[in-house]
Amino acid sequence: MPRVPKVPAPPVPAPLREPPPRPGQSNGKGGPLEGAKHAGITAVDWIDERTSLSGGARWMMFRKVPKGTNWFYTLGSATMFAFLSQAVTGVFLAMYYRPDASGGAYESIRYVTNEVFLGQFVRGMHKWGSSVMVILVFLHMGRTFFFGAYKYPRELNWVIGVVLLILTMVMSFTGYLLPFDQRAYWATVVGVNINGTGPLIGPYLSDFLRGGSEFGATTLSRFYAIHMLLLPGAIIALIGAHLYLVAKLGTTAPPWQKPLPRSEELNEAEV
Amino acid sequence: MTISSQTAGAIGAAAFVLPALGFAIGPVFKSTPHRWEVVGPTDMFSDTNYVPVVLTVNPTIGEAGKTTAYVRRFNPAIDTDPYDEGTPYIAISTRCAHLGCPVRWVDAAERFICPCHGGVYDLLGRRVGGPPVRPLDRFYTRVTGNNVELGPRFSVNSQLRRFSPRDPGQPLDGIGQYLYPSRPGAQKL
Repeated sequence: MPRVPKVPAPPVPAPLREPPPRPGQSNGKGGPLEGAKHAGITAVDWIDERTSLSGGARWMMFRKVPKGTNWFYTLGSATMFAFLSQAVTGVFLAMYYRPDASGGAYESIRYVTNEVFLGQFVRGMHKWGSSVMVILVFLHMGRTFFFGAYKYPRELNWVIGVVLLILTMVMSFTGYLLPFDQRAYWATVVGVNINGTGPLIGPYLSDFLRGGSEFGATTLSRFYAIHMLLLPGAIIALIGAHLYLVAKLGTTAPPWQKPLPRSEELNEAEV
Repeated sequence: MTISSQTAGAIGAAAFVLPALGFAIGPVFKSTPHRWEVVGPTDMFSDTNYVPVVLTVNPTIGEAGKTTAYVRRFNPAIDTDPYDEGTPYIAISTRCAHLGCPVRWVDAAERFICPCHGGVYDLLGRRVGGPPVRPLDRFYTRVTGNNVELGPRFSVNSQLRRFSPRDPGQPLDGIGQYLYPSRPGAQKL
C-alpha cells in the first residue's frame, strides 16, 4: 500500500511562537553539549568585542585563491611548519644543553642522546628537521621562481624570502657547532675561515664570529646566543611580514592556467 | 616637545644599543698575551726530519684548544731563506692555509698533505699543489736551557717573509697583505 506523503504542519501564528534565544543565551533546550558550544561562543565573542580580531582572521584565512592552485602551493606552509617544529624541539633541547666549551657541551648532548627519555628522538627531530627545512626552503623558492610568482607586485616578498633563506643558512651554520664534537669543531673552523677570505673586512668578521683571534669558549657561547636568541626572533618577524604580504597580494595562478573566455567570465560573475 | 622627545628617545635607544654592540665587538680589539710553551728537550729534534709536538693555543677550552706543530732543527743547507737566519728551530703549524684543516707530514712523499681539499706543501711549508693561497704558518722558537719553546704563530708569504698571524684563506703575496690586514687581536711578536 503506497504511503501517503506527510503533510507539513501548519505554521504556528507569530504570537504563539517561542522567541528565539537571545545572543549568548541558551533557550533551555539542548544538553551540556549545547551549553559548551554557547560557552565557547561567549568567550570568543568577549575577546572579539574588545579586539575585533575576527575580521583579521577572516581576512587571513578566507581569501580568494586562483583556479589551478595545487599541492606545490603548500611548500611555503610546509617550510613554516618545519620551522615551528624546529622551534618547539629546540626549546626542549635548550632545557638540557650547556654551552660549555671545555667538555660540558659535548657531555650534555651525549646525555640528551643516551640518557633522557625520548631525548634521542627530540634531538633527531631537530637535527634532521633542519635539513628538511633547508630542502623545503629551496623547493618553495623553486616553485616561486618557476611559476613566476616573484613578479610585480610581489618583488618585496621575494626579497624577504631571500633574507629568510640567508637566516636559515646562518641558523644551520651556528647550530652545527653546538654538539661540539670533531665534526662541529672543524666545520666551524672551516666556515669561519671562509668568512675571513672576504677582502678588507673578512679578517675582522671572522674575529667577530669567534669572539677573538682564536677559536675559544666565547665562540661557542656566541654561536649559541645567535642560534637560540637572535635568529629565531628575526625569522618569526620576517615570516610574519612574508605571510602578511601573501594575504595582502594574494597568490598567483600557475603559469599554464589560461584566462577564462570573456563570456564565461561574465557567467561566473553572475553566479 | 617633538625635538626633545625624539632626543630623549635617541639617547634612550643609544643607552642600550651602544653598550650591547661594544660588548659583542669588543673581543675583536682585545690583544691576547703571547704564550711560550716547552715542547721537548733539544735532543728530541733532528735537522733532517720533522717531529710532531702538541701545544696549547687556548688553555680555557680543554682538548679543543690544542694544536699540532712539526718541529725540526734549523738546517743551513735547507733553510737558505734570509728571513730564517738565526732561528734555532723551524716549527710549522698544521693549520692548512686554505681553510684551516689539520695537515699531516707524509714522510714518504716529503710533503705536508691536507685531508680536506688536497692542499700539498713541501718541506719548508711552501705550497706545491692544491687550493692554499700561502705557505703554512710557523711558530717562533727559542731555546731555554735544554728545552725547545714554541711561541706565538706568524704567517709567511711565498718568499717566507714574516707577517702577523693571518687566518687561513688569506693570501699575503702582492696586494694580499693589504686586502687582508693585520688584526689588533693577533699581532706579530
